Amino acid sequence: MALNTDFVGRTYPPSGPYAVTAADIAAFAAAVGATDPVHTDLETARKAGYADVVAPPTFLVRFEQDSTRAYVADPEAGVDYARVVHGEQSFTHHRPVVAGDQVTATTTVEQIRQAGGHAMVTVRTELADAAGAPVCTARSTIVVRGGE
Amino acid sequence: MSALSFDSVAVGDVVGPEIVPVTRATLVAYAAASGDQNPIHQDEAFARSVGLPDVIAHGMWTMGASSSVVARWAGDAGRVVAFGTRFTKPVVVPVEGAQIEVSATVKALDPDTRRATLDVTTSAGPDKVLGRCQAVVHLA
Repeated sequence: MALNTDFVGRTYPPSGPYAVTAADIAAFAAAVGATDPVHTDLETARKAGYADVVAPPTFLVRFEQDSTRAYVADPEAGVDYARVVHGEQSFTHHRPVVAGDQVTATTTVEQIRQAGGHAMVTVRTELADAAGAPVCTARSTIVVRGGE
Repeated sequence: MSALSFDSVAVGDVVGPEIVPVTRATLVAYAAASGDQNPIHQDEAFARSVGLPDVIAHGMWTMGASSSVVARWAGDAGRVVAFGTRFTKPVVVPVEGAQIEVSATVKALDPDTRRATLDVTTSAGPDKVLGRCQAVVHLA
């Protein structure tokens, strides 16, 4: 099963909507040591100008990874998941994510390049709110290790 | 906490270092919170069976914990507007637990947008575990 390089530029149908809840934000914040009370205390969040408690900077990974699964699990894409390592990750926020948001995620295969016998695939996921306004652009590069 | 003022920050300012402990329980909690239940992050026997030295932390946990350090400096976590990294080495988490050390340096300030760009360094023992890790913070 070889990696299909024809997939560059392919966009998968949106996944979600995913509900952002205060409980999920609190659990994620606790797990990554995010101690800012804007994650857990509604009053603090409102005083700081937010409509509700705020998600930590990497919180959207759950929705992003669920969305990128459409590509990774696509049999025609030829990604051997047993050989996949997470190489790079970034989040560019267009606005803060708060509890109550309903987020959809749309993944596009942005780049496939070969390096040192490995293939590096960058997927871009655009996360948007219920009104369709941009929330975050997430990029993930997976390394598909070569060899037998 | 309140948001850090742009006028109080200078290029070269250093954040941390902060020591962040990580245990198997941390990884179980992160797995539940993130949805990443890959057993290499929880099950020692499975991790060894695929050639790893022991359980390793989720790269995304290490990234998330590093972003928490930057967010504390920012004084308002909602002001961390971008965060990106390469994953260069795993954080090995033996049964007795491990720790990472996170620091950052202000590399650039843009008065028009009141944004600071920081280079973040995260290590486990002698190893840098994140590469080209950079944060952008919208200061007050």
